[in-house]
Amino acid sequence: MLRFLIRRSLGAVVILLIISAVTFFLFYAVPRDPAMLACGKNCTPDALEVIHRNLGLDKPVPQQYWEFMSGIVTGRDFAQGPCPAPCFGYSFANSDPVWGTIVDRFPTTVSLTVGGAVVFLAIGLGAGMIAAHKKGTLLDKAFSTGSLVLSSMQIYFIGPLVLALVVYNLELLDQPQYVPLTEDPAGWFMGLLIPWCVVQIIFTANYTRLARSSMIEQLQEDHVRTARAKGMSGRTVFFRYAWRGSLIPIVTIFGVDLGSLFGGAMITEWTFSLPGLGTLAVDSVQNTDLPMVMGVMLFAATFIILFNIIVDAVYAFIDPRVRLS
Amino acid sequence: MTTLTKEADVPAPRGGGDAFLSVRDLYVHFATEDGTVKAVDGLSFELERGRTLGVVGESGSGKSVTNLSILGLHNPASTEVSGEILLDGQELTGARQKTLESLRGNKMAMIFQDPLTALSPYYTVGRQIAEPYRKHEGASKREAHERAVEMLDKVGIPNARTRAKDYPHQFSGGMRQRAMIAMALVCNPDLLIADEPTTALDVTVQAQILDLLKDLQQEFGSAIIFITHDLGVIGNVADDILVMYGGRAVERGTVEDVLRRPQHPYTWGLLSSMPRLSGDVDEALTPIHGTPPSLLSPPGGCAFHPRCDFAEQVAGGLSCTADRPELPPGRSAACHLTDEQKRTLFTEQIKPRLGQAPRRRDV
Amino acid sequence: MSTTPSSGTAPGPAAAGGEPAGEPLLKAENLAKHFPIMGGFPFKRKVGEVQAVSGIDLAVHRGESFGLVGESGCGKSTTGRLLTRLLEPTGGTISYRGQDITHASRRRMAPVRSEIQMIFQDPYSSLNPRQTVGSIISGPMEVNGIDPPGGREQRIRELLETVGLNPEHYNRFPHEFSGGQRQRIGVARALALQPKLIVADEPVSALDVSIQAQVVNLLQKVQRELGIAFVFIAHDLAIVRHFSQRVAVMYLGKIVEVGDRESIYVRPRHPYTHALLSAVPEVAVEGAAPDDRERIRLAGDVPSPIDPPSGCRFRTRCWKAQEKCAAEEPPLVQIPGNAAGHLTACHFPEEGSTTTREEDVVLDSALRSMETPAG
Repeated sequence: MLRFLIRRSLGAVVILLIISAVTFFLFYAVPRDPAMLACGKNCTPDALEVIHRNLGLDKPVPQQYWEFMSGIVTGRDFAQGPCPAPCFGYSFANSDPVWGTIVDRFPTTVSLTVGGAVVFLAIGLGAGMIAAHKKGTLLDKAFSTGSLVLSSMQIYFIGPLVLALVVYNLELLDQPQYVPLTEDPAGWFMGLLIPWCVVQIIFTANYTRLARSSMIEQLQEDHVRTARAKGMSGRTVFFRYAWRGSLIPIVTIFGVDLGSLFGGAMITEWTFSLPGLGTLAVDSVQNTDLPMVMGVMLFAATFIILFNIIVDAVYAFIDPRVRLS
Repeated sequence: MTTLTKEADVPAPRGGGDAFLSVRDLYVHFATEDGTVKAVDGLSFELERGRTLGVVGESGSGKSVTNLSILGLHNPASTEVSGEILLDGQELTGARQKTLESLRGNKMAMIFQDPLTALSPYYTVGRQIAEPYRKHEGASKREAHERAVEMLDKVGIPNARTRAKDYPHQFSGGMRQRAMIAMALVCNPDLLIADEPTTALDVTVQAQILDLLKDLQQEFGSAIIFITHDLGVIGNVADDILVMYGGRAVERGTVEDVLRRPQHPYTWGLLSSMPRLSGDVDEALTPIHGTPPSLLSPPGGCAFHPRCDFAEQVAGGLSCTADRPELPPGRSAACHLTDEQKRTLFTEQIKPRLGQAPRRRDV
Repeated sequence: MSTTPSSGTAPGPAAAGGEPAGEPLLKAENLAKHFPIMGGFPFKRKVGEVQAVSGIDLAVHRGESFGLVGESGCGKSTTGRLLTRLLEPTGGTISYRGQDITHASRRRMAPVRSEIQMIFQDPYSSLNPRQTVGSIISGPMEVNGIDPPGGREQRIRELLETVGLNPEHYNRFPHEFSGGQRQRIGVARALALQPKLIVADEPVSALDVSIQAQVVNLLQKVQRELGIAFVFIAHDLAIVRHFSQRVAVMYLGKIVEVGDRESIYVRPRHPYTHALLSAVPEVAVEGAAPDDRERIRLAGDVPSPIDPPSGCRFRTRCWKAQEKCAAEEPPLVQIPGNAAGHLTACHFPEEGSTTTREEDVVLDSALRSMETPAG
């Protein structure tokens, strides 16, 4: 297991290096000078020159890349002062430290993701398993149709709809906002309630369908029939024999979903104007803010890769064939 | 299937009361999108303790479905089972799930074809064997584990104590089937159903497993239903044979009767289409022409008539296309040909085809 | 060592005509195929290999049927794929009509490919479900740019008729046919290029018993009437005996015994051949002699081809094994008492007879403990 983790981590570093290089060099392929933004309206060539030098844009691109990457590991010294590791530099747009901004924004994204995931996983798996158990009945058909309809909805459609109804018309809740959990748990909960519900509607529908089909598949396995032939009760067969195998596709998809949600639920955050990583990513791309783009990009990629590794480790936990081969 | 006594060739129905397992007029129909599949369409047989009934047939003959329905393993939502299944006097067709659960793995157990997929990949072999013992015998975890080790040892797994902690994928194919047998026998079942238990195995391993089942039967005294498509295997393990075709039994008798003096044209066809180690290599095989029947719309009358070479010879106002031949109790074949015709046809036409090489060493 | 039979064993009807008896159609020498196993830390590399086929010699003559039997993992299917060059050999040579084709390029293989065809086990997955029967069979002709007189369609109709299908079914799709009929389509495809050799890998084992005979008879007709040589690969010893004039028995990537039908089935010398034959369940039909075959029950399964036993590979399951068997690999030779062309790879061969022994050979522990009366 340890060997597996080490090997996968090494692989992850390689992937992250490739992602960073591609992002970095692509950035320079965009014909837009990031210094123009910092320079403002009354920009002179001299001022631009100064900003170029301050941002380090006068150096050759590979050297910039090298300095940027080594800064992440060892920290860097900037004109503004020392930047301790992990140093992703300062924003071109507003001179904020990149790492600080990410750390600042991350709790919003985590709150949104974890809260939503707990709900959609629980309800989705439950509904899917009930549907599988009652396969072919009216209940199953209702669940299946309902989840098909909901999963074909989009957040940017349901989101504003719910906002209009719950916030503006009925005035049941306030406009969604992020309040740190540590400061005001109740405010945290109320502020995120609508986004959670909207995120989970769509994911729940997907997970219901996934859990249902995967459970039905498992129930048809030979070894499940053997368990019945041994006289195991329906409950034992369902929860001990069939359930375990049905988790594998669910874990796979859940890992992918969670990884990408941690990197920023762009559409959701944008729909509800929540200051998370997703909005940060969108803004920084619009502002040609290289250090910020790089920072968010690598941060998000790290999570996706991390969850990939976790998923593989969970496989080994679920299935002895993976563990022992 | 022991309405037969060894010494008597005449039909000798024993009243049915003393048969350990008695299946009467069993119908198993599935509803599918294409229509009703008549997987088993009126089947009756009996079996005594300590005897082995071989059920032979090709795919779609209903042989596996019959046995799944004895255990009640069919899907109740889409399957309609009617008729009588009496196990030791207890009616199973209408029995509640709870009742069936208490019998399965306990009084009746099953061995499946592919031991790799039939064992759960997620639990150790020892645990899977111990499980029914805990449930049915109320044993503690430790007792059940000891019993599992004992059973693994019994079926010839070396280092049973260590191997009990292994997962099925760490076993070889033959060892998995041994583990499956250990699991089926752990509660000393009175009835063991083996569904093609050696089809997925290599021939040398098959020989070991068949002998193992025979030896274990001597010791445990279970009645065995042995399902297979292989007449050679059936000849090796069974006392009595039931030949199935299109969801019905077409011939029954002792092994000697059915293999040496077969009466049904389908059995003739099976025998003359398979090469044998001692057969005459210059004699071409005689296949059964056509293909097995569709169970959605089986042929009227005798299901075998479209493939039968002797249908025109049926006399006495009977028609193979319209009248369905019944299978009388005892040694019999469900065919409209007269006994005289069956004897003559077999001796004159079929036997020569079975091309016995004069002596093996002169092949 | 060579499996080329000398005069005694008739290699088949066509061998008499034209080709010198010594010149085989297809010949493999020291043929080997090892599949790498990847793994390791921190970077994946080759950590071992599956020795699927490790150094076999065989020769197939014009018009003969050469059988290859053995249990799973013995390498018989891999051998078939090597002979048709569907797999690249790791070692050894293959020559076709005297021409070395072991590593021949695509272009050089092209004319040979059309003369060596293959029939596969699974009639369901070996036919493209989106192609009509006509285009499946004409595929090989198109690839090889062959235009038979009278046109391709005419030829396909003839082929369909040859294999016992209705020529009118030219435009149907594979799913409209039963398993046996699909296997006939596979045969027609193999015949499309008028091959000299067909490698048939378990061609009937996926079919129902009553259908198997139909396909076996068809293959036999094709072999006899068109003079096509066959490499017939199967695990069913009775079918191989019925179909093949010469038979090779494989075990863990090696040929352990090869010879004409009678040598292998009536006078086998290798303990493994004895064990295999003894394990085949036989139907006793009326008039047959009572089953007087010896009873041999081995212990356990075939070991893994990843790390095969040293010396003789069968020694771990053999009742005659001695130290020499572990130290020294027995060569495949004509041991004293064997007929010409009957080669056996064994240091301590058995008697050439398969009748009951004074004492059964039972190596399986469970059988032994139950069959020996206690005390």
